[in-house]
Amino acid sequence: MSRLHSVKLNRDLCVGCTTCIKRCPTEAIRVRNGKAQIAENRCIDCGECIRVCPHHAKSAVMDTLDDLKGTAFNVALAAPSLYAQFGPPATRGMVLAALGLLGFDAVYEVAQGAEIVTASTAAFVQKALEEGRRPLISSACPVVVRLIQMRFPGLVENLVPFDSPMEVTADLARRQLAEKTGLPQEKIGVFFISPCPAKRTAVINPIARASSAVNGVIAISDLYPQILAGLEKMDAKTALQEGERLLTAGSTGVRWAYTGGEAIALHMERYLAVDGIHNVIEILEEVENERLHDVDFIEANACLGGCIGGPLTVANRFSAHARQRAFVSRAPEEARQGPQTAPDLPLESWKELPLPNPAMQLDEDIVQAMQKYEQLKQIVAGLPGLDCGACGAPDCEALAEDIVRGEAAETDCIFKLKERIRAVAAVMSDLGEEMNRYAPNREEDPHDTP
Amino acid sequence: MTFSIDGSDFIHAGEASSGAKKALTKLGVKAPVVKRAAIAMYEAELNTVIHAGGGSAEVDIYPDHVLIRVTDHGPGIPDVRLAMQEGWSTAPEAAREMGFGAGMGLPNIKKQSDELLIETEPGRGTTVTIRINFTV
Repeated sequence: MSRLHSVKLNRDLCVGCTTCIKRCPTEAIRVRNGKAQIAENRCIDCGECIRVCPHHAKSAVMDTLDDLKGTAFNVALAAPSLYAQFGPPATRGMVLAALGLLGFDAVYEVAQGAEIVTASTAAFVQKALEEGRRPLISSACPVVVRLIQMRFPGLVENLVPFDSPMEVTADLARRQLAEKTGLPQEKIGVFFISPCPAKRTAVINPIARASSAVNGVIAISDLYPQILAGLEKMDAKTALQEGERLLTAGSTGVRWAYTGGEAIALHMERYLAVDGIHNVIEILEEVENERLHDVDFIEANACLGGCIGGPLTVANRFSAHARQRAFVSRAPEEARQGPQTAPDLPLESWKELPLPNPAMQLDEDIVQAMQKYEQLKQIVAGLPGLDCGACGAPDCEALAEDIVRGEAAETDCIFKLKERIRAVAAVMSDLGEEMNRYAPNREEDPHDTP
Repeated sequence: MTFSIDGSDFIHAGEASSGAKKALTKLGVKAPVVKRAAIAMYEAELNTVIHAGGGSAEVDIYPDHVLIRVTDHGPGIPDVRLAMQEGWSTAPEAAREMGFGAGMGLPNIKKQSDELLIETEPGRGTTVTIRINFTV
């Protein structure tokens, strides 16, 4: 299991098919010895492999409620997408109350942090546009940030340089709860209830900050049955009282759960909202080629539908979208304790931009890299070009790259292997004939008696 | 590396520059330089699609610079000095309707490149050679 990522393989379930290697947006997976392998330096935790594996061999490595034992006072941070998992008669407040019942001493809405990020982003974008810097790209989706670090390093400067709503809410909760309880920070446990594994990776390997304010990340799908049970048991009085007490965010933050929500919150005309990792790649290509002249802000979500489409959600993303819209329309636009009362404003911007990830580079030295590239092109020319994936690499070019890097052999290609076998067979048969010609006596041949 | 560029195909326009961009990234060329090369090549590629029914692109990579040569057999550029002015455009209506042909092509190429050579002959075609150095 990787220390840097949150996607793992169950070797017993993996049959070594080509489904995941074909869908991985960073070509991070290879099938070797009949089992999938993920290259750590290339994985961006998008969860596509979890989603597409027909044998359910890929899963997320997440924290559990057992991890609450390490800390005296525990806080749950509810992702905006949590609400959409539950339908009427559940209200937002009831979902939060039911979450609290699982052993948490406090519950916070990450939608509140989203509102703080929105307020800071609005001011930042305004200033950046005046300076002629556009388009700005949201940094809320950690998968998109890691994608940019690896495949579009030139766009790191376009990222909105603020922490994610998860971190902002965690900072806020830590400050408020330390004040309220008098406990030292190390006794406060902060747990994010997440729609995706990438958020756990963002905690163990933070983006643009030294350490995360979050202790653990628990999958929405893991808590779903217990929250549902809590909702079914909840009496009307608790539902009303507790529910009201826990609400801190308005529609602005709740809307962040689906694609477009973050952009709408900014009240900007010239925005673009894109979802699905492969669609995001297309748009980033356009940004890099400077083709998007009429867009000021890009909201990019790795998952189709936005966070409600996360790989660790339960509800179908279309029904989740309909439910979340209902939660949005029932919430007041202005938050109860959103940006107005937040002590964090304006948010401090990142001290350092995320560094480019050189995982795609063939060699550190450009001359060496050029030689390898030359070799790579020659190898590709000799491969069948069917991109069948039978070698374990996603396409012929990726196999050629693996060969150049010394991680695969040309005979991993079954067509190349057949060619070689045929050649060897021809030599063998020639050899056999030769032996017969010059040493006929050794063979028992009835037609050839001395 | 040689790429062929399909004529009047706006859907696939940009494939050559995308390919070159991928190659430069694999070689470890720094992001801002890759970006300049990609933009310059994309504009040149698009010019062949808009004006000349396609062409071809050749990319030669050296340890410290890249040479991009985009060639077409189109109508040629009657007045290079005029074409280098921002906003000057002879793009056909079809291209403009799609948001191309705003007269920024050659000026933008010039802006991105360290050296630019335009060889053109009316009725015979145009070759645009772009040099981009790797040292920033």
